[in-house]
Amino acid sequence: MQKFLFELNRDEEFQARYAEDRRVALAGFDLTAEEQQALTEPDIGLLFHLGVNGQILMHFAALHLIEWQDYLQRMRDGLAVHGPVREGIYAVTGYEGVDAHSTRSGQTNQIQGGN
Amino acid sequence: MPLVFAGVCSHAPGIVGRADQADPSAKNRLYEAFEGMRQCLEASNPDALIVVAAEHFANFFMNNMPSFAMGMADHYEGPIENPEWLGIQKTRIPGDRSLSERLIQKVMERADISYAEEWKFDHGIMVPLHFLTPSYDLPIIPANINCQGPPLAPLHRAWVFGQALREAADSVPERIALIGTGGISHWPATPDSGKINENWDRQFLDEWSRCDKAAMLSYADSQSYLDAGQGAFEIRTFMTVSAATEGAPGIVHFYEPIPIFAVGCTIGTIDLEAPQLRSTD
Repeated sequence: MQKFLFELNRDEEFQARYAEDRRVALAGFDLTAEEQQALTEPDIGLLFHLGVNGQILMHFAALHLIEWQDYLQRMRDGLAVHGPVREGIYAVTGYEGVDAHSTRSGQTNQIQGGN
Repeated sequence: MPLVFAGVCSHAPGIVGRADQADPSAKNRLYEAFEGMRQCLEASNPDALIVVAAEHFANFFMNNMPSFAMGMADHYEGPIENPEWLGIQKTRIPGDRSLSERLIQKVMERADISYAEEWKFDHGIMVPLHFLTPSYDLPIIPANINCQGPPLAPLHRAWVFGQALREAADSVPERIALIGTGGISHWPATPDSGKINENWDRQFLDEWSRCDKAAMLSYADSQSYLDAGQGAFEIRTFMTVSAATEGAPGIVHFYEPIPIFAVGCTIGTIDLEAPQLRSTD
């Protein structure tokens, strides 16, 4: 799944094929039905839940011109719907929230300005 | 010849792509600091700029992931990201294959690195270049440290890489400038994007400015991850610059958490003319 995104993110010809037919573009990648759905919809929240690295996912969201706050919210919604990240580096710690972190660490300057 | 310029800076994509969403005064202060860094770089009259970046899966994947890599081409391209999203148009960036090859050969005497004759720049290099070489007229030598896909090379190997870069710069007649670009604490591209541990950042920057090798090498990735997010693995880029200029003090010209940019934005330069600091070994 991440390999597909890696190839897609850096290859404009691949991006054109994906834009033409998302399912066809997935051919050749060993993906579960859940992963295929997440990649074609695209379901940003599910992809994050499944363990896609944020840098790869961010570039993928940029390809779809998903606005930044919307991108962050889709990941949060994904965690709410599907649960914690299943595997990978983000499975180690959970989602805290910027405001909660700022309050815990006594930093007030971050609360303004959102995320 | 000895390095003519060295510094560090942030590279978060939001710095350009979401500039209109930031507090204007904070954004302007950061942009002014970038402009000051650009002027210092230009005044050093460099022949080429080595950019030590934390690459983000634009070129390397877990099927074949180098801990350290350097580019070896006459030109590069970037950004890979959607130009509208990043706020930077796709362009061709000059390189210098001959210079790269000579530098890489010298680096290899001390550090194990990979080289790449093809390299696509992502925001990790494009954002710094957008501010520092806006005309894209200075040859760039890209370098990459894997700060994304564990297992990561330990910090002391990044230090050796920096020492090797210095020896390589010393060995060529060209005037070489060096920057390291990364975040300090941050949780980029995650639902926690915008979290910044300012205390952690300021402590690290204090150590960086004193070139406190022992303190910087004492960070453990597992604890950094808990305290400062996965983005903190990118301190390797700042430490590489410290190692390349070992004993010289760093000057932090700008540090300010800007949550919409998802990082404590930082601009620093090394005072290459200052008396050497006492060793911390």
